[in-house]
Amino acid sequence: MVSSATSLTGNGLRDWLYQRVSALVLAVYTLFIMGFIMTRSMDYAAWVGLFHHTGVKIFSVLAALSLLVHAWVGVWTILTDYIKMASLRLSLEIVVILALLFYFIWAIIIVWSV
Amino acid sequence: MSEALRTVSFKIYRFNPEVDLKPFMKEYQLSIPKDKDMMLLEAIMRIKALDDTLAFRRSCREGVCGSDGMNINGRNGLACITLLSALKEPIEIRPLPGLPVIRDLIVDMSAFYAQYEKVKPYLINKDPVPAKERLQSPADRKKLDGLYECILCACCSTSCPSFWWNPEKFIGPAGLLQAYRFIVDSRDTAKSERLEALSDPFSVFRCRGVMNCVDVCPKGLNPTRAIGQIRSELLAEGG
Ligand code: SF4
Ligand code: SF4
Ligand code: FES
Repeated sequence: MVSSATSLTGNGLRDWLYQRVSALVLAVYTLFIMGFIMTRSMDYAAWVGLFHHTGVKIFSVLAALSLLVHAWVGVWTILTDYIKMASLRLSLEIVVILALLFYFIWAIIIVWSV
Repeated sequence: MSEALRTVSFKIYRFNPEVDLKPFMKEYQLSIPKDKDMMLLEAIMRIKALDDTLAFRRSCREGVCGSDGMNINGRNGLACITLLSALKEPIEIRPLPGLPVIRDLIVDMSAFYAQYEKVKPYLINKDPVPAKERLQSPADRKKLDGLYECILCACCSTSCPSFWWNPEKFIGPAGLLQAYRFIVDSRDTAKSERLEALSDPFSVFRCRGVMNCVDVCPKGLNPTRAIGQIRSELLAEGG
């Protein structure tokens, strides 16, 4: 058993499942948004109208959360593959986590301000 | 009467840490009978007869012992079962990648064996020892096919990028193939403990499905499939 405090869940299977489930959410969300863009005449009113639905808001936040989870598992894997110096790796991990959390909170604020 | 000869050219990785500052590729020309094919190992042994400073491992010379794994024209394989005629010249031979070189084509396999040891590659059975032997049905025995044949040549693990980057944390394809060989054995009672020991984010899950391991295994085994089966077992156990 290899311990790894910085991984998302500390458990290989859970990390792996979270990454797959979040990928699914992102895929469905992307298709949903692309479908909307391609079937509607795109203007400001249509766009605002879409995000007025509470369901769309929740879906958007869920997609942002999935992005956070998905990116963290992926970036953590890349960093533990390639950055061997522990102090540098930890610093990079902190930067990435803070950035991801910042974007996530920002996304919530944007979606709920509509 | 002189035989018709042809020349085969080689470039072989050389490094003797006692005298060389850094590794270099040395060129060799070997004359062999024109109408004769041979295994690469035979050719390397003939080269050693010309230059006895060349160091490499070999034993069985028939693909059974797993000691002459090396990187042949960029691909890991066993020299003793690789036909010379199948190789493009100059034939470039290097040690297995990702492990420290002791000398020339000889690598330090400690990291590889340490991972093998981690999976407890032996039967664990808490039940009382029967009078004769632990029986296994033919169907259960069949589940070990494609797993037990591994000769631990390390061709797979040393071609796996995940093993290169994390040789102390990722078990690697060879070790995982053996892990599954004991997980699936009906005579073993330690399945849950074995799975538990593999559940962290590195041991199994560092496999990214690159499938280099499957591509190079000289015994035609499929570590990626075994890794997928371990994943399914972990999933069935509920993570
Ligand atoms: S799985 Fe194949 S390549 Fe890997 S160590 Fe065993 S025999 Fe060699
Ligand atoms: S499939 Fe997995 S174990 Fe095999 S080479 Fe790829 S990453 Fe390594
Ligand atoms: S010498 Fe034994 S496998 Fe090649």
